[in-house]
Amino acid sequence: MNLVESPHAQDWPKPLKAETRALSFSYGSRLALKNLSIPIAEYQITALIGPSGCGKSTFLRCFNRMHDLYAGNRYEGEILLYPDSRNILAREVDPIEVRMRVAMVFQKPNPFPKSIYENVAYGLRVRGTTDRQLLDEKVEQALRSAALWEEVKDRLLARATSLSGGQQQRLCIARALATDPEMLLLDEPTSALDPMATASIEELLLDLKKRVTILIVTHNMQQAARVSDWTAFMYLGELVEFGLTKQLFTTPSKKQTEDYITGRFG
Amino acid sequence: MAAQSSPHPRPSIGRRKIAEALFKVLGLCSLAIGVGTLVLLFGALLVEGVTRIDWQFLMSFPSRHAAKAGILPAWVGSTLIMLVTAVVGVPLGVAAAIYLEEYARRTWMTELIEVTVTNLAGVPSIIYGLLALGLFVYILGLGENILVAGLTLALLILPVVIVTTREAIRAIPVEIREAAYALGATKWQTVAHHVLPYSAAGILTGIILALSRAIGETAPIVTIGALTFIAFLPPAPITTHPPYVSFDWLLSPFTVMPIQMFGWVSRPGEDFASNAAAAGVLLVGMTLAMNGVAIYLRYRMRKQVTW
Repeated sequence: MNLVESPHAQDWPKPLKAETRALSFSYGSRLALKNLSIPIAEYQITALIGPSGCGKSTFLRCFNRMHDLYAGNRYEGEILLYPDSRNILAREVDPIEVRMRVAMVFQKPNPFPKSIYENVAYGLRVRGTTDRQLLDEKVEQALRSAALWEEVKDRLLARATSLSGGQQQRLCIARALATDPEMLLLDEPTSALDPMATASIEELLLDLKKRVTILIVTHNMQQAARVSDWTAFMYLGELVEFGLTKQLFTTPSKKQTEDYITGRFG
Repeated sequence: MAAQSSPHPRPSIGRRKIAEALFKVLGLCSLAIGVGTLVLLFGALLVEGVTRIDWQFLMSFPSRHAAKAGILPAWVGSTLIMLVTAVVGVPLGVAAAIYLEEYARRTWMTELIEVTVTNLAGVPSIIYGLLALGLFVYILGLGENILVAGLTLALLILPVVIVTTREAIRAIPVEIREAAYALGATKWQTVAHHVLPYSAAGILTGIILALSRAIGETAPIVTIGALTFIAFLPPAPITTHPPYVSFDWLLSPFTVMPIQMFGWVSRPGEDFASNAAAAGVLLVGMTLAMNGVAIYLRYRMRKQVTW
């Protein structure tokens, strides 16, 4: 397996929140992920980097079975979610169960055209929570976690789409956090945002990792270097290198990784 | 550079400008012919009929005397039939569209169904009349009444409702659906909480436009046996004795606006002609009112739903 070849293999993170074992994925007949074995450290930020089309978003979307929404997609291998070592790709596992444990934030802020409050409360409503007091508490808590409470506490009933792009993305983070997920997936969460909004999201992530394991896809290498503890560099659906972010960015073991992070391709 | 390879661009610009001017004139003429004819037709109808519209006309039964004749059973019939059509056609159409768009896997079967539905929207309405006559009247023995007329028109609007609903649903960005699914929503929760509310404006517009087409339909209604002369109203839906609601009206014979209008047109005499024109004005008015409601709803709800 790839990791065995890596000189950083002894730095295998501990404890793990999740782990992919020989994960392959295909869209119809097109093989998009090839035999990936990547560990996800608990309460740490793991970044996925690589040129466009390398499969990093595809990899991320395996963790909440998003691919199940579309016909013709096929997983192989396993994704184990700890501490119960459940293989979330197994046939008998309902994708809804997986999505209740693993939350996701998308590339483009995608709030529902409802109120700010309803956006954050939605995950709880889906689970059947109707207790108003509990909802109020959870919504406030989630908005505080997403560093948005102070900005919106006086207009919780305003339309979510009236917020700025950066606020909308933090709202989406709050929405994902409201149900206390074990893991948070972020798919290039700042690519549609300006540098100020990006900085505030990055700061937020560093704060959030105390409570939730984070897996982030980014095309921005500086961002990966700034926020992540571990980095996986992917190319053409394969894992090229995985390691501590510090090491991977300063002393990459593969020529390809070095070329990519120094901007020679990608 | 393109400019260097063609040293004299001016004559070419002149020629292209002429073509442009020609098309402008041509387009304007087409528009004038189309809109002008309509305005003229409706204007003539209005001039002839509008003075005939009064309370007596609205609240009277047909009569041998043009001046005493009224349109009461026709508009009551049209309204009740639209009610049946909407109650039957809308839930069926919307549910079918949701199933096709959100639930059905893409197979050759669903492709075939899609093509069929789209084509059904273009089938002449008399064919629906014949189908209804065979199915509802002869096979099922439901009789020639408001229920059957409503069911017939429901069949007629079904493909239109399905097609417009699917288009409205498709306009919802995939990101919104994925956001709901990512939070653990089931398919039905996603449909009920997001897909339907956000596409409601488009769906309603489609429904109203379909109904406003159905209200003017004559051929299928005649086929299943509408009366042209009717001197009574269907039984009232609300009664004075328990259980206070009655569905007897569903089984009542009926007439509708366009048939009443045709009945008057085919009679000799100026007076009946102006009755027909008045009925025409009312029918156009009903249709325009429905379209107006559709436009208003779309405007209101579009303002609320922004991505």
